[in-house]
Amino acid sequence: MTRARSLRASWPQYLAISPFYLLFTVFLLGPTLFSLYLAFHRWDGIGEMQYVGLDQFRYLIDDGTFWLSVRNTLVIWVLSTVPMLFMALVLAALLNNTKRFVGFYRVALFIPNITSVVAIAIVFGALFANNSGLVNVTLQGLGLSGIPWLTDPWAIKVVIAMLMTWQWTGYNALIYLAGMQSVPSELYEAAKIDGAGPVRAFFSVTVPMLRPIILFTVVVSTITGMQSFTEPQVLFGNNSAVNANSGGPGQAGLTMVLYFYRTAFGQNDYGYGAAIAWAVFLIVMVFTILNWRLVQRRAD
Amino acid sequence: MRKFLLHASLGVAVLLSLFPFYWTVVMATNTTQDVFRNPPKLTIGPHLVDNIQTVLQSVDLIAPIVNTILVAVCTTLLVLFFDSLAAFAFAKFDFPGRKMLFGLLLLMFMVPTQLALIPQFVIMAELGWVGELKALVVPAAANAFGIFWMRQYISSAVPDEMLDAANLDGAGFFRIYWSVILPVIRPGLAFLGIFTFIAAWNDYVWPLIVLLNPNKVTLQVALSQLNVGLKQDYSVLMAGALIGVLPLVILFVLFARNFIGDAIKGAVK
Repeated sequence: MTRARSLRASWPQYLAISPFYLLFTVFLLGPTLFSLYLAFHRWDGIGEMQYVGLDQFRYLIDDGTFWLSVRNTLVIWVLSTVPMLFMALVLAALLNNTKRFVGFYRVALFIPNITSVVAIAIVFGALFANNSGLVNVTLQGLGLSGIPWLTDPWAIKVVIAMLMTWQWTGYNALIYLAGMQSVPSELYEAAKIDGAGPVRAFFSVTVPMLRPIILFTVVVSTITGMQSFTEPQVLFGNNSAVNANSGGPGQAGLTMVLYFYRTAFGQNDYGYGAAIAWAVFLIVMVFTILNWRLVQRRAD
Repeated sequence: MRKFLLHASLGVAVLLSLFPFYWTVVMATNTTQDVFRNPPKLTIGPHLVDNIQTVLQSVDLIAPIVNTILVAVCTTLLVLFFDSLAAFAFAKFDFPGRKMLFGLLLLMFMVPTQLALIPQFVIMAELGWVGELKALVVPAAANAFGIFWMRQYISSAVPDEMLDAANLDGAGFFRIYWSVILPVIRPGLAFLGIFTFIAAWNDYVWPLIVLLNPNKVTLQVALSQLNVGLKQDYSVLMAGALIGVLPLVILFVLFARNFIGDAIKGAVK
């Protein structure tokens, strides 16, 4: 069949895939390219666009608030991802050793993942309220002093990280569990013959076999974790002492994407907003590749 | 003893996982004073109806719920149709440019959404769709994840012989899709449908940006407005949060068994 004829004969297939590519071109590819163009311009969305070359990026390099948001994001990412993936691995190992109640455990551990971040951020705001929130009341009941969760720069990051950990630990645990269940049992028997106990077998058989899956979860957690927005945006939305979208007192919860949102849609600075979006994209990409390398080398 | 420790540890994890839900119910059914006194009230109280009435007085949640259901149902139906149709073409047919087009689709996983947000908003403004629900539905009507996932599913769930038989009967592409493929891929559609519905229900960033008319918002945006408006009246706030969370939790528990398995499979692949 000639190429032209096979093209013509395939019209139903092209028609079938066309809605996605149409939407993709209009709402994703086009806008992405246009945002690159925007990053070299000054524009408030109404007036004339003005070409400014690399000025936005030069400004970005010296923008202390931007770098604060980068630091905040990285700290929150470490505070959430490290305990999240560690606990997920432990939970998966526990689940892998039992048949009873597994169906119930799976549902109970997965539910946080389908819960709306807006609602849960409101709930966490109440739980960690400085005055008489349940967490501080409990701490005081134990004879400890309460922690200013929603005003201290470090505590703010811890609360956001806990929220993310709460939402994603079960999801990652079930992914690890699926991976563990596909490890051939001969490998464990071989390890047993070599005299390895359960802990030893976990580190010498399970973890190496899970390597590709661990890599997957690290990459996903990097991409999603570094683009957190809703958690700080809602958590400090009801704090009348600070501006909306500030990320809380001292901007301690200001993440990169929240700063992007504030610049682009709070201040209508589209040009600078686009420059921030591209910087965020670059940072996330570099960080993802770094993590990828790190996990791969660890495993070798 | 070992089994006991194992279930005890898992029990603690389950407790931590479910406690925020329990606490939401406790706060929503008590008064703020009861929950925020020392020691706090830790049990379910009688004030749920009062709290819901107060919520509805401060923010209209009924219209946002209707909007959210409308957006989630329309998006889900469109995604199911367009994604499975495209997935069928990619899974079972060889046409010029197929590899390149599918590669382009996979590339879309990599592009972070916020890069496109500003121009998307500008486009919506040009179209006059700012503040309209179609600004949420139309861009989401087909997506890379669903096509990718359904392609895998169709490849493994539909044997080629089935298509050969239909081909011999002289049925065309769309006829085969409708009468042969659709009935076979129902379980796959169930997963993609629930997944899409949950994502549409919980979506926040884009609705926050584009639904600028405060009287026409989705539930998540309304909850966030409630949060800003009520400041620290937590019991009333929690009654709202409960309304935002409960429908999905019920939907999820009903379908959880298959859904979790499929969600994990999609990830592990």
